Amino acid sequence: MPRRTIYTLGILGTLLLLYDFYRIFLVIPIDALQGDIFRIIFVHVPAAFTAFCFYGVAVYASIAFLATKNFKWDSMAVSAVEVATMFTLVNLATGSIWGRVEWGIWWAWDARMTSQLMCFLLYLGYLLMRPAIAEPQQRGVMSAVLAIFAATDIPIVFWAIRLHNVRTQHPGPVLETGALAPVYRPPFYGDWLAFVLLATAMMLVRLHQESNRREIDSLRRELHAI
Amino acid sequence: MAALAIAGKDLRTEWRTRESLNSAVSFALVILVLFSFAFDLDREERLAISGGLLWLVYAFAGALIVNRSFAREVPNDCLEVLVTAARGWAIFLGKAFACFVLLLIVELISLPIFGLFYNIHWAGSLAALLLVIMLSTWGVTVVGAALSAITVNVRLRELMLPVLLYPLMIPLLIGAMEMTTGLLNGNAVLSDIRLLIVYDVMFTAIALYLIDFILVI
Repeated sequence: MPRRTIYTLGILGTLLLLYDFYRIFLVIPIDALQGDIFRIIFVHVPAAFTAFCFYGVAVYASIAFLATKNFKWDSMAVSAVEVATMFTLVNLATGSIWGRVEWGIWWAWDARMTSQLMCFLLYLGYLLMRPAIAEPQQRGVMSAVLAIFAATDIPIVFWAIRLHNVRTQHPGPVLETGALAPVYRPPFYGDWLAFVLLATAMMLVRLHQESNRREIDSLRRELHAI
Repeated sequence: MAALAIAGKDLRTEWRTRESLNSAVSFALVILVLFSFAFDLDREERLAISGGLLWLVYAFAGALIVNRSFAREVPNDCLEVLVTAARGWAIFLGKAFACFVLLLIVELISLPIFGLFYNIHWAGSLAALLLVIMLSTWGVTVVGAALSAITVNVRLRELMLPVLLYPLMIPLLIGAMEMTTGLLNGNAVLSDIRLLIVYDVMFTAIALYLIDFILVI
Protein backbone atom coordinates (compact mmCIF):
# COMPACT_ATOMS: atom_id res chain seq x y z
CA MET A 1 0.00 0.00 0.00
CA PRO A 2 1.53 3.36 -1.03
CA ARG A 3 2.72 5.46 1.87
CA ARG A 4 0.90 8.45 0.38
CA THR A 5 -2.50 6.78 0.90
CA ILE A 6 -1.75 6.20 4.58
CA TYR A 7 -0.64 9.81 5.10
CA THR A 8 -3.66 11.15 3.19
CA LEU A 9 -6.11 9.09 5.24
CA GLY A 10 -4.35 10.00 8.50
CA ILE A 11 -4.27 13.75 7.77
CA LEU A 12 -7.88 13.80 6.51
CA GLY A 13 -9.06 11.88 9.58
CA THR A 14 -7.16 14.16 11.99
CA LEU A 15 -8.43 17.36 10.34
CA LEU A 16 -12.02 16.10 10.34
CA LEU A 17 -11.68 15.04 13.98
CA LEU A 18 -10.31 18.46 14.98
CA TYR A 19 -13.13 20.21 13.12
CA ASP A 20 -15.65 17.93 14.84
CA PHE A 21 -14.16 18.54 18.26
CA TYR A 22 -14.53 22.26 17.57
CA ARG A 23 -18.22 21.70 16.72
CA ILE A 24 -18.78 19.35 19.68
CA PHE A 25 -17.19 21.56 22.33
CA LEU A 26 -17.90 25.07 21.03
CA VAL A 27 -20.83 25.07 18.61
CA ILE A 28 -23.57 22.54 19.41
CA PRO A 29 -26.08 23.36 22.17
CA ILE A 30 -25.81 21.63 25.54
CA ASP A 31 -28.21 18.76 26.38
CA ALA A 32 -30.95 20.00 28.74
CA LEU A 33 -30.95 16.92 30.99
CA GLN A 34 -27.36 15.67 31.03
CA GLY A 35 -25.26 18.83 30.82
CA ASP A 36 -21.73 18.79 29.44
CA ILE A 37 -21.09 15.07 29.94
CA PHE A 38 -23.54 14.49 27.07
CA ARG A 39 -20.76 15.50 24.64
CA ILE A 40 -19.02 12.19 25.31
CA ILE A 41 -21.62 10.44 23.12
CA PHE A 42 -19.83 11.88 20.05
CA VAL A 43 -16.80 9.75 20.90
CA HIS A 44 -18.47 6.82 22.66
CA VAL A 45 -20.93 5.72 19.95
CA PRO A 46 -18.77 6.42 16.84
CA ALA A 47 -15.95 4.44 18.52
CA ALA A 48 -18.30 1.46 18.88
CA PHE A 49 -19.52 1.80 15.27
CA THR A 50 -15.92 1.96 14.05
CA ALA A 51 -14.97 -1.08 16.13
CA PHE A 52 -17.81 -3.11 14.64
CA CYS A 53 -16.94 -2.01 11.08
CA PHE A 54 -13.43 -3.38 11.64
CA TYR A 55 -14.59 -6.54 13.38
CA GLY A 56 -16.65 -7.03 10.21
CA VAL A 57 -13.49 -6.58 8.11
CA ALA A 58 -11.71 -9.09 10.37
CA VAL A 59 -14.44 -11.71 9.97
CA TYR A 60 -14.55 -11.20 6.19
CA ALA A 61 -10.75 -11.50 5.98
CA SER A 62 -10.80 -14.59 8.23
CA ILE A 63 -13.37 -16.34 6.01
CA ALA A 64 -11.33 -15.33 2.95
CA PHE A 65 -8.18 -16.77 4.54
CA LEU A 66 -9.89 -20.09 5.29
CA ALA A 67 -11.12 -20.22 1.68
CA THR A 68 -7.89 -19.19 -0.07
CA LYS A 69 -5.07 -19.72 2.49
CA ASN A 70 -3.59 -16.47 1.18
CA PHE A 71 -1.62 -14.79 3.99
CA LYS A 72 -2.67 -11.37 2.77
CA TRP A 73 -6.08 -12.05 4.38
CA ASP A 74 -4.54 -13.26 7.64
CA SER A 75 -2.57 -10.01 7.90
CA MET A 76 -5.71 -8.03 7.19
CA ALA A 77 -7.66 -9.93 9.86
CA VAL A 78 -5.11 -9.35 12.62
CA SER A 79 -4.65 -5.68 11.65
CA ALA A 80 -8.41 -5.11 11.69
CA VAL A 81 -8.81 -6.89 15.05
CA GLU A 82 -6.06 -4.78 16.64
CA VAL A 83 -7.68 -1.54 15.48
CA ALA A 84 -11.19 -2.70 16.42
CA THR A 85 -10.07 -3.82 19.88
CA MET A 86 -8.52 -0.42 20.51
CA PHE A 87 -11.76 1.34 19.52
CA THR A 88 -13.73 -1.07 21.72
CA LEU A 89 -11.53 -0.01 24.62
CA VAL A 90 -12.22 3.67 23.81
CA ASN A 91 -15.94 2.84 23.75
CA LEU A 92 -15.79 1.01 27.11
CA ALA A 93 -13.69 3.72 28.78
CA THR A 94 -15.88 6.63 27.61
CA GLY A 95 -19.03 4.68 28.55
CA SER A 96 -17.63 4.09 32.00
CA ILE A 97 -16.84 7.80 32.48
CA TRP A 98 -20.36 8.72 31.36
CA GLY A 99 -21.81 6.12 33.76
CA ARG A 100 -19.85 7.57 36.68
CA VAL A 101 -21.36 11.01 36.08
CA GLU A 102 -24.91 9.95 35.16
CA TRP A 103 -25.44 6.83 37.28
CA GLY A 104 -22.87 7.45 40.01
CA ILE A 105 -21.03 4.19 39.27
CA TRP A 106 -18.18 3.32 36.92
CA TRP A 107 -19.67 0.02 35.81
CA ALA A 108 -23.10 -1.67 35.75
CA TRP A 109 -23.34 -5.33 34.77
CA ASP A 110 -26.15 -4.84 32.32
CA ALA A 111 -26.57 -6.75 29.06
CA ARG A 112 -25.07 -4.17 26.69
CA MET A 113 -21.99 -3.44 28.78
CA THR A 114 -21.34 -7.08 29.62
CA SER A 115 -21.65 -8.22 26.01
CA GLN A 116 -19.36 -5.41 24.83
CA LEU A 117 -16.79 -6.29 27.50
CA MET A 118 -17.10 -9.93 26.40
CA CYS A 119 -16.36 -8.85 22.81
CA PHE A 120 -13.26 -6.99 24.00
CA LEU A 121 -12.04 -10.00 26.01
CA LEU A 122 -12.65 -12.45 23.16
CA TYR A 123 -10.65 -10.45 20.64
CA LEU A 124 -8.00 -9.74 23.26
CA GLY A 125 -7.74 -13.54 23.57
CA TYR A 126 -7.36 -13.68 19.77
CA LEU A 127 -4.45 -11.23 19.94
CA LEU A 128 -2.87 -13.14 22.85
CA MET A 129 -3.17 -16.49 21.10
CA ARG A 130 -1.50 -15.51 17.83
CA PRO A 131 2.09 -15.14 19.08
CA ALA A 132 1.73 -18.46 20.93
CA ILE A 133 1.47 -20.44 17.66
CA ALA A 134 4.80 -20.75 15.88
CA GLU A 135 3.78 -22.25 12.53
CA PRO A 136 2.32 -19.50 10.25
CA GLN A 137 -0.27 -21.64 8.43
CA GLN A 138 -1.55 -23.05 11.71
CA ARG A 139 -1.58 -19.58 13.29
CA GLY A 140 -3.61 -18.22 10.39
CA VAL A 141 -6.21 -21.01 10.45
CA MET A 142 -6.68 -21.08 14.24
CA SER A 143 -6.90 -17.29 14.41
CA ALA A 144 -9.45 -17.20 11.58
CA VAL A 145 -11.63 -19.81 13.27
CA LEU A 146 -11.38 -17.98 16.59
CA ALA A 147 -12.28 -14.65 14.94
CA ILE A 148 -15.45 -16.27 13.56
CA PHE A 149 -16.30 -17.83 16.94
CA ALA A 150 -15.79 -14.49 18.68
CA ALA A 151 -18.02 -12.72 16.14
CA THR A 152 -21.04 -14.58 17.54
CA ASP A 153 -20.97 -11.98 20.33
CA ILE A 154 -21.55 -9.05 17.94
CA PRO A 155 -25.29 -9.73 17.37
CA ILE A 156 -25.66 -10.06 21.16
CA VAL A 157 -24.17 -6.56 21.61
CA PHE A 158 -26.51 -5.22 18.92
CA TRP A 159 -29.69 -6.81 20.33
CA ALA A 160 -28.84 -6.19 24.02
CA ILE A 161 -30.64 -2.81 24.00
CA ARG A 162 -33.30 -3.77 21.47
CA LEU A 163 -35.00 -6.79 23.05
CA HIS A 164 -37.72 -5.84 25.52
CA ASN A 165 -37.08 -8.82 27.85
CA VAL A 166 -33.35 -8.14 28.33
CA ARG A 167 -32.35 -6.37 31.57
CA THR A 168 -30.42 -3.24 30.68
CA GLN A 169 -29.99 0.27 32.02
CA HIS A 170 -27.97 1.37 29.00
CA PRO A 171 -29.75 4.08 26.97
CA GLY A 172 -31.67 2.76 23.97
CA PRO A 173 -30.60 3.20 20.33
CA VAL A 174 -30.37 6.89 19.43
CA LEU A 175 -30.30 6.87 15.65
CA GLU A 176 -33.23 4.77 14.47
CA THR A 177 -35.56 6.08 17.21
CA GLY A 178 -34.83 9.73 16.44
CA ALA A 179 -33.61 10.31 20.03
CA LEU A 180 -30.61 12.20 18.66
CA ALA A 181 -31.79 15.66 17.56
CA PRO A 182 -30.98 16.64 13.94
CA VAL A 183 -28.60 19.38 15.16
CA TYR A 184 -26.36 16.73 16.73
CA ARG A 185 -26.19 14.47 13.71
CA PRO A 186 -23.49 16.18 11.56
CA PRO A 187 -20.78 16.05 14.28
CA PHE A 188 -21.91 12.52 15.20
CA TYR A 189 -21.50 11.17 11.66
CA GLY A 190 -18.44 13.40 11.16
CA ASP A 191 -16.73 11.76 14.13
CA TRP A 192 -17.60 8.32 12.86
CA LEU A 193 -16.10 9.14 9.46
CA ALA A 194 -12.98 10.61 11.11
CA PHE A 195 -12.55 7.48 13.23
CA VAL A 196 -13.00 5.21 10.21
CA LEU A 197 -10.39 7.20 8.24
CA LEU A 198 -7.91 7.09 11.14
CA ALA A 199 -8.62 3.40 11.80
CA THR A 200 -8.09 2.57 8.12
CA ALA A 201 -4.75 4.42 8.18
CA MET A 202 -3.72 2.47 11.31
CA MET A 203 -4.83 -0.80 9.72
CA LEU A 204 -2.78 -0.07 6.61
CA VAL A 205 0.31 0.67 8.72
CA ARG A 206 -0.18 -2.66 10.54
CA LEU A 207 -0.73 -4.47 7.21
CA HIS A 208 2.58 -3.11 6.00
CA GLN A 209 4.30 -4.24 9.22
CA GLU A 210 2.73 -7.69 8.97
CA SER A 211 3.93 -8.22 5.42
CA ASN A 212 7.45 -7.12 6.49
CA ARG A 213 7.29 -9.51 9.43
CA ARG A 214 6.26 -12.40 7.19
CA GLU A 215 9.15 -11.64 4.87
CA ILE A 216 11.63 -11.56 7.77
CA ASP A 217 10.18 -14.84 9.11
CA SER A 218 10.59 -16.60 5.76
CA LEU A 219 14.18 -15.28 5.40
CA ARG A 220 14.94 -16.53 8.91
CA ARG A 221 13.49 -19.94 8.02
CA GLU A 222 15.59 -20.08 4.86
CA LEU A 223 18.67 -19.22 6.87
CA HIS A 224 17.91 -22.00 9.35
CA ALA A 225 17.44 -24.45 6.48
CA ILE A 226 20.88 -23.56 5.15
CA MET B 1 -20.60 -44.66 14.22
CA ALA B 2 -17.09 -43.21 13.95
CA ALA B 3 -18.10 -40.50 16.43
CA LEU B 4 -19.31 -43.13 18.91
CA ALA B 5 -16.11 -45.14 18.43
CA ILE B 6 -14.00 -42.05 19.21
CA ALA B 7 -16.17 -41.18 22.23
CA GLY B 8 -15.80 -44.81 23.43
CA LYS B 9 -12.03 -44.67 22.95
CA ASP B 10 -11.75 -41.41 24.91
CA LEU B 11 -13.96 -42.70 27.72
CA ARG B 12 -12.03 -46.00 27.92
CA THR B 13 -8.70 -44.17 28.00
CA GLU B 14 -10.00 -41.88 30.72
CA TRP B 15 -11.47 -44.78 32.70
CA ARG B 16 -8.09 -46.57 32.74
CA THR B 17 -6.20 -43.64 34.23
CA ARG B 18 -9.10 -41.49 35.58
CA GLU B 19 -6.67 -38.56 35.65
CA SER B 20 -9.07 -35.88 34.31
CA LEU B 21 -12.01 -37.22 36.28
CA ASN B 22 -10.19 -37.42 39.59
CA SER B 23 -8.59 -34.01 39.26
CA ALA B 24 -11.88 -32.36 38.11
CA VAL B 25 -13.87 -33.86 41.02
CA SER B 26 -11.17 -32.87 43.54
CA PHE B 27 -10.98 -29.40 42.02
CA ALA B 28 -14.78 -29.00 42.22
CA LEU B 29 -14.65 -30.00 45.90
CA VAL B 30 -11.87 -27.54 46.66
CA ILE B 31 -13.77 -24.71 44.95
CA LEU B 32 -16.95 -25.57 46.90
CA VAL B 33 -14.97 -25.42 50.16
CA LEU B 34 -13.25 -22.16 49.19
CA PHE B 35 -16.56 -20.48 48.34
CA SER B 36 -17.86 -21.27 51.82
CA PHE B 37 -14.98 -19.19 53.26
CA ALA B 38 -15.33 -16.42 50.66
CA PHE B 39 -18.97 -15.65 51.53
CA ASP B 40 -20.55 -15.52 54.98
CA LEU B 41 -24.17 -16.02 53.97
CA ASP B 42 -27.52 -16.67 55.63
CA ARG B 43 -29.94 -19.17 54.08
CA GLU B 44 -31.77 -16.67 51.84
CA GLU B 45 -28.56 -15.18 50.49
CA ARG B 46 -27.22 -18.69 49.86
CA LEU B 47 -30.32 -19.56 47.86
CA ALA B 48 -30.06 -16.31 45.90
CA ILE B 49 -26.54 -17.11 44.66
CA SER B 50 -26.89 -20.93 44.57
CA GLY B 51 -27.07 -21.22 40.75
CA GLY B 52 -24.10 -18.91 40.31
CA LEU B 53 -22.00 -20.88 42.80
CA LEU B 54 -22.86 -24.22 41.25
CA TRP B 55 -22.15 -23.12 37.69
CA LEU B 56 -18.84 -21.49 38.56
CA VAL B 57 -17.77 -24.84 40.00
CA TYR B 58 -19.00 -26.63 36.86
CA ALA B 59 -17.31 -24.11 34.55
CA PHE B 60 -13.95 -24.52 36.32
CA ALA B 61 -14.25 -28.30 36.25
CA GLY B 62 -15.36 -28.15 32.60
CA ALA B 63 -12.21 -26.27 31.56
CA LEU B 64 -10.11 -29.01 33.15
CA ILE B 65 -12.01 -31.76 31.32
CA VAL B 66 -11.97 -30.18 27.85
CA ASN B 67 -8.33 -29.17 28.18
CA ARG B 68 -7.31 -32.83 27.94
CA SER B 69 -9.69 -33.65 25.09
CA PHE B 70 -7.44 -32.99 22.08
CA ALA B 71 -4.25 -32.63 24.12
CA ARG B 72 -4.21 -36.37 24.86
CA GLU B 73 -3.75 -36.99 21.11
CA VAL B 74 -0.60 -34.87 20.86
CA PRO B 75 1.99 -37.40 22.12
CA ASN B 76 2.95 -39.86 19.35
CA ASP B 77 1.08 -37.70 16.78
CA CYS B 78 -2.16 -39.61 17.39
CA LEU B 79 -4.26 -36.72 16.05
CA GLU B 80 -2.71 -37.10 12.60
CA VAL B 81 -3.65 -40.78 12.58
CA LEU B 82 -7.18 -40.01 13.77
CA VAL B 83 -7.64 -37.46 10.98
CA THR B 84 -6.81 -40.09 8.37
CA ALA B 85 -9.19 -42.63 9.97
CA ALA B 86 -12.32 -40.50 10.47
CA ARG B 87 -14.00 -37.36 9.22
CA GLY B 88 -13.39 -34.11 11.12
CA TRP B 89 -16.97 -33.76 12.32
CA ALA B 90 -16.99 -37.35 13.63
CA ILE B 91 -13.77 -36.77 15.60
CA PHE B 92 -15.16 -33.54 16.99
CA LEU B 93 -18.56 -34.97 17.94
CA GLY B 94 -16.93 -38.03 19.53
CA LYS B 95 -14.60 -35.91 21.61
CA ALA B 96 -17.34 -33.45 22.59
CA PHE B 97 -19.60 -36.34 23.63
CA ALA B 98 -16.83 -37.95 25.74
CA CYS B 99 -16.25 -34.58 27.47
CA PHE B 100 -20.01 -34.25 27.97
CA VAL B 101 -20.21 -37.64 29.75
CA LEU B 102 -17.14 -36.91 31.89
CA LEU B 103 -18.33 -33.45 32.92
CA LEU B 104 -21.80 -34.81 33.65
CA ILE B 105 -20.24 -37.38 36.02
CA VAL B 106 -18.30 -34.60 37.79
CA GLU B 107 -21.48 -32.51 38.05
CA LEU B 108 -23.61 -35.36 39.37
CA ILE B 109 -20.99 -36.13 42.03
CA SER B 110 -20.61 -32.50 43.12
CA LEU B 111 -24.36 -31.65 43.10
CA PRO B 112 -25.21 -33.60 46.31
CA ILE B 113 -22.02 -32.34 47.97
CA PHE B 114 -23.04 -28.77 47.07
CA GLY B 115 -26.50 -29.40 48.58
CA LEU B 116 -24.93 -30.83 51.70
CA PHE B 117 -22.32 -28.10 52.24
CA TYR B 118 -24.68 -25.20 51.56
CA ASN B 119 -27.85 -26.76 52.98
CA ILE B 120 -29.75 -26.43 49.71
CA HIS B 121 -32.53 -28.85 48.74
CA TRP B 122 -32.21 -29.77 45.09
CA ALA B 123 -33.97 -33.16 44.88
CA GLY B 124 -37.46 -31.64 44.55
CA SER B 125 -36.68 -30.10 41.16
CA LEU B 126 -34.36 -32.87 39.98
CA ALA B 127 -35.96 -33.55 36.57
CA ALA B 128 -35.93 -29.89 35.47
CA LEU B 129 -32.49 -29.39 37.02
CA LEU B 130 -31.12 -32.34 35.06
CA LEU B 131 -32.52 -30.88 31.84
CA VAL B 132 -30.81 -27.53 32.53
CA ILE B 133 -27.58 -29.28 33.53
CA MET B 134 -27.54 -31.45 30.40
CA LEU B 135 -28.31 -28.59 27.99
CA SER B 136 -25.73 -26.31 29.61
CA THR B 137 -23.12 -29.05 29.86
CA TRP B 138 -23.44 -29.74 26.13
CA GLY B 139 -22.87 -26.02 25.51
CA VAL B 140 -19.76 -26.01 27.72
CA THR B 141 -18.33 -29.14 26.12
CA VAL B 142 -19.08 -28.25 22.50
CA VAL B 143 -17.41 -24.83 22.82
CA GLY B 144 -14.70 -26.31 25.04
CA ALA B 145 -13.89 -29.14 22.63
CA ALA B 146 -13.69 -26.69 19.70
CA LEU B 147 -11.33 -24.41 21.65
CA SER B 148 -9.38 -27.45 22.84
CA ALA B 149 -8.79 -28.31 19.16
CA ILE B 150 -7.81 -24.70 18.36
CA THR B 151 -5.36 -24.41 21.27
CA VAL B 152 -3.90 -27.93 21.06
CA ASN B 153 -0.60 -26.73 19.61
CA VAL B 154 -0.51 -23.36 21.35
CA ARG B 155 2.26 -22.56 23.82
CA LEU B 156 0.81 -22.17 27.35
CA ARG B 157 -2.25 -24.15 26.27
CA GLU B 158 -3.49 -24.61 29.84
CA LEU B 159 -3.57 -20.84 30.23
CA MET B 160 -4.92 -19.90 26.79
CA LEU B 161 -7.91 -22.25 26.87
CA PRO B 162 -9.64 -20.65 29.90
CA VAL B 163 -8.81 -17.15 28.59
CA LEU B 164 -10.75 -17.94 25.41
CA LEU B 165 -13.36 -20.29 26.86
CA TYR B 166 -14.84 -18.28 29.73
CA PRO B 167 -15.77 -15.13 27.76
CA LEU B 168 -17.38 -17.30 25.07
CA MET B 169 -19.38 -19.16 27.74
CA ILE B 170 -20.81 -16.02 29.38
CA PRO B 171 -24.26 -16.10 27.67
CA LEU B 172 -24.62 -19.82 28.45
CA LEU B 173 -23.48 -19.38 32.05
CA ILE B 174 -25.89 -16.47 32.60
CA GLY B 175 -28.78 -18.64 31.36
CA ALA B 176 -27.69 -21.71 33.33
CA MET B 177 -27.13 -19.71 36.53
CA GLU B 178 -30.49 -17.95 36.36
CA MET B 179 -32.38 -21.15 35.54
CA THR B 180 -30.64 -23.12 38.30
CA THR B 181 -31.19 -20.39 40.90
CA GLY B 182 -34.85 -20.23 39.84
CA LEU B 183 -35.27 -24.00 40.14
CA LEU B 184 -33.59 -24.17 43.56
CA ASN B 185 -35.80 -21.31 44.77
CA GLY B 186 -38.94 -22.77 43.19
CA ASN B 187 -39.57 -19.78 40.90
CA ALA B 188 -37.95 -20.79 37.61
CA VAL B 189 -39.19 -19.42 34.30
CA LEU B 190 -38.94 -22.45 32.03
CA SER B 191 -39.08 -20.36 28.85
CA ASP B 192 -35.55 -19.14 29.69
CA ILE B 193 -34.40 -22.58 28.58
CA ARG B 194 -34.64 -21.26 24.99
CA LEU B 195 -31.39 -19.37 25.54
CA LEU B 196 -29.60 -22.63 26.34
CA ILE B 197 -31.09 -24.39 23.31
CA VAL B 198 -30.20 -21.53 20.95
CA TYR B 199 -26.62 -21.43 22.32
CA ASP B 200 -26.22 -25.21 21.96
CA VAL B 201 -27.59 -25.34 18.41
CA MET B 202 -25.65 -22.28 17.24
CA PHE B 203 -22.25 -23.34 18.59
CA THR B 204 -22.68 -26.99 17.57
CA ALA B 205 -23.42 -25.84 14.00
CA ILE B 206 -20.51 -23.37 13.86
CA ALA B 207 -18.07 -25.87 15.38
CA LEU B 208 -19.14 -28.67 13.00
CA TYR B 209 -18.77 -26.31 10.05
CA LEU B 210 -15.31 -25.07 11.05
CA ILE B 211 -13.77 -28.21 12.53
CA ASP B 212 -12.36 -29.48 9.22
CA PHE B 213 -10.34 -26.27 8.88
CA ILE B 214 -8.94 -26.80 12.39
CA LEU B 215 -8.08 -30.48 12.10
CA VAL B 216 -6.90 -30.69 8.48
CA ILE B 217 -4.34 -27.95 7.91
